[in-house]
Amino acid sequence: MNQFSIVGKDVPRNDARAKATGSAIYTDDVKLPGMLYGQILRSPFPHARILHIDTSQAASLPGVRCVMTGEDTPKVKYGNWRLFPETQDEYPLAIDKVRFIGDEVAAVAAVDPDIAQEALSLIKVEYEELPGVFDVDAAIKEGAPIIHDYCPSNISVNRKIKYGDIDKAFAESDYVREDTFHVHAVSHAYLEPCAAVAQCDLDGRITLWTSTQVPYIIQCLLASTLQMRENDIRIIKPFVGGGFGGKMELRTWEFCAAFMAKKTGRPVKFTLTREEEFLTGRRRHPMTIHSKVGFKKDGTLTAKDLKIYLDGGAYNAMGPTATFLCGNFGAMLYRYPSYRFHGQHVYTNKPPASAMRGFGAPQSIFATETQMSLAAEELGLDPLDIRLKNAQVSGDTIPDVATISSCGFIEALNKVAEMSDWREKRKTLPKGRGIGIGCYSFISGGVFNWFNTQYPFSAAEVRAFDDGTAHLLTMAADIGQGCDTVLKQILAEAFGLTMEDIRITSADTAITPQADLGAWGSRLTLMNGNAVLDAANKIKAQLFGAVSARFNLNVIHEIECKDGKVYPKGRPDRSLSFGEAVAMAQKINRGEPLVARGYYTPRNKGLVTPSFSFGAQVAEVEVDQATGVVQVQKFWTAHDCGTAINPMAVEGQLEGSIQMGLGYALSEQFVMEGGKTLNTNFLDYKMPSSMDVPPSEVVHIETYEPEGPMGAKEAGEGLAIPTAPAIADAVCHATGYRCKDLPITPEKILRAKRDR
Amino acid sequence: MKQVITLNVNGAPYAVAVYPSQTLNEVLREELNLTGVKLGCGSGDCGACTVLVDGLAVSSCLSLAVDMEGKAITTVEGLAPSGEVLHPIQESFIEKGAIQCGFCTAGMEMSAFHLLKYNPSPTEAEIKEAISGNLCRCTGYVKIIEAIADAGHKMANTGGETS
Ligand code: FES
Ligand code: FES
Repeated sequence: MNQFSIVGKDVPRNDARAKATGSAIYTDDVKLPGMLYGQILRSPFPHARILHIDTSQAASLPGVRCVMTGEDTPKVKYGNWRLFPETQDEYPLAIDKVRFIGDEVAAVAAVDPDIAQEALSLIKVEYEELPGVFDVDAAIKEGAPIIHDYCPSNISVNRKIKYGDIDKAFAESDYVREDTFHVHAVSHAYLEPCAAVAQCDLDGRITLWTSTQVPYIIQCLLASTLQMRENDIRIIKPFVGGGFGGKMELRTWEFCAAFMAKKTGRPVKFTLTREEEFLTGRRRHPMTIHSKVGFKKDGTLTAKDLKIYLDGGAYNAMGPTATFLCGNFGAMLYRYPSYRFHGQHVYTNKPPASAMRGFGAPQSIFATETQMSLAAEELGLDPLDIRLKNAQVSGDTIPDVATISSCGFIEALNKVAEMSDWREKRKTLPKGRGIGIGCYSFISGGVFNWFNTQYPFSAAEVRAFDDGTAHLLTMAADIGQGCDTVLKQILAEAFGLTMEDIRITSADTAITPQADLGAWGSRLTLMNGNAVLDAANKIKAQLFGAVSARFNLNVIHEIECKDGKVYPKGRPDRSLSFGEAVAMAQKINRGEPLVARGYYTPRNKGLVTPSFSFGAQVAEVEVDQATGVVQVQKFWTAHDCGTAINPMAVEGQLEGSIQMGLGYALSEQFVMEGGKTLNTNFLDYKMPSSMDVPPSEVVHIETYEPEGPMGAKEAGEGLAIPTAPAIADAVCHATGYRCKDLPITPEKILRAKRDR
Repeated sequence: MKQVITLNVNGAPYAVAVYPSQTLNEVLREELNLTGVKLGCGSGDCGACTVLVDGLAVSSCLSLAVDMEGKAITTVEGLAPSGEVLHPIQESFIEKGAIQCGFCTAGMEMSAFHLLKYNPSPTEAEIKEAISGNLCRCTGYVKIIEAIADAGHKMANTGGETS
């Protein structure tokens, strides 16, 4: 069935050798002559007015080269949702007010990090403390403290979706249930702390090396906040040690490095500590989810009414997108004949929540999945059957929002049931052991242009050479997920070349073609892959012309690139090598090199995405009756990502997702008190280690996504969704404790047992 | 006051002037430019900074440079000194897909190196134990464990280390 040579193969990563030998350069490894070291002064209060800042002592400390506060900056607000400027609510350094513990107040650059640190302690800030709000309920109460003056309600984003006659549908339902869920904040916990190094050229232009998922967005927002032209800013993404959504906005240290490099004429580096990352870093949105669902007696869904409050923290960050997406995902997986959603993004005096792997879906789908299992119990159905009965299929639509293209959901449900011996185990497992299910669907990139880019969503430049090689240039950001390798595979396949024949340059805004919106929403394989194919096809048209002329081919001949050759289909005897064909095309063009640009922008694809992934996961657990400790015995996963361009990389995504989902379900959480994060190291923030990860089996459901390059779609984020609901369902099966409030802790399990 | 010490790193002696407060991690990265050694937390919790000191896996972020006088230090850069022929551990990490973002990789490889040196054919449980101090956020450890087992086989077949 697989007609591909390189696509679909377990090709080792493009950068694996550099990473295995320690020669891969990450941002903090960049060292430039005369470089200064920056540090950030942060607010000790969750909410306060800044009355006065005195930087004079700090500035006169020997070795200090620059001290800056918000007053020194052009005072331009920024935020990723450029399409709606009112959502842009952040300054690089606080102006007048601080809104969370850790909010950035001032910055110092000095000849060494210790001097910069000492200088921070010499900055005197006079604050007037203001009352803070630390959860959604407190923030939306009448008379609650106002966090941003422009937003007296503290509700910064409202999003509604409605279709079908929902009131009638509920009235005609045989069974209606209402539940409230609370899901918590977790950390991206990428291993590489954020860092940035800026250098100012003699002509005043800025080059910034930064650990980011979104070079183009950083370029644009850095330009606007510095009041410079976009083309005067060059962003280079070195190797990045993970992001998971936590590195997709312009951040203070990027701005300050650039600002101070310009001001001092010397390169400036900022590197965050792990403590800063935990204390102030972005996190997954906590949500309060009220969900009402209706069914017919036989388990057929009739209606869903979903109301979600997102605890956004002090700034919008990527909250608007999370607000949109949790509503869209509320309508995914199953066929809801009527649906109503109201999402509200609420400011609180905590570190801002933002994008994190799954982007609104892990929260929303945790509620969906838990309710499906609850309803199945009440209706006397197998949780698997209620899902099969309502599962979305290819061609289904969410009116005005999305159409489902390829869909292997039902196959995935059946497969995972078979692999896990679901029906038998659901009946026969002894007390203390349980089996549970969780499902997911996710987007292959977003289609809504919130950044208001004036460029295509994805772009690629391909250069073909007469030595039989090609060079791919793309702004796509490989942050560890492996898009450099996947894009190379796509190009190698299109040209019939090997991986060794392709060179790639990526994520340098001065060299790679405008533009690419970045690594988020699982968009790169589909969107950038399509741009690569577009460019490749333009080159191939020229090569085909050359071959056609060389062999005097009838115009009806189809020509292809394969095994390093270009030839009419079925006639490999009439072939030119790829290099010869390039040389000939170049001759025809009187020496002009063979270069093509390719683009992809999704059009007419609704409001969400061109294509969805689907999948199901079963977890088996054992719960210690005395201690309430949950031990996951095994995971089984069946997932549909269309064509797996690189199955080994897809497996890697799955295995990483399971680790993250396991942490989300059982062990990871921020311990907060009065807006302060108390667990600020890896000892107290319990991310699963090698000892915690259970065995897992996976099956890939074959589908072909017509909108994706060579049939591919999303593979990296969706898999982070099903693990928590699957474990919660299994814990309920084992103990009778139904978790509606993550994480699932021994304490909650034991308390439920006692209360029963 | 800085003091001059001699560090023996990857088989070569280096005289470096260090402050008594400087960690081995800082000196390796900043003074010797061995940036393959990473810093993920600075508090001994993540293992990204792991190096070998006299054959033992150690968190370089917690070790003071001045205590390292006269000890043999191996970093990831010392695994394949020629740069051409890789160490079997590195080969296996590449082939098995054990590397994603790569930030934990050097530390993982050093912990694996330490393990395989004393236990050339470890069980899965022993591998998990050996890297339990090395956090990885990308891979879920599965392919890392496979890679270490694979490297063990390779090393057994070639009669030990290649470097
Ligand atoms: S950096 Fe040393 S253990 Fe994390
Ligand atoms: S590969 Fe990213 S932390 Fe291990």
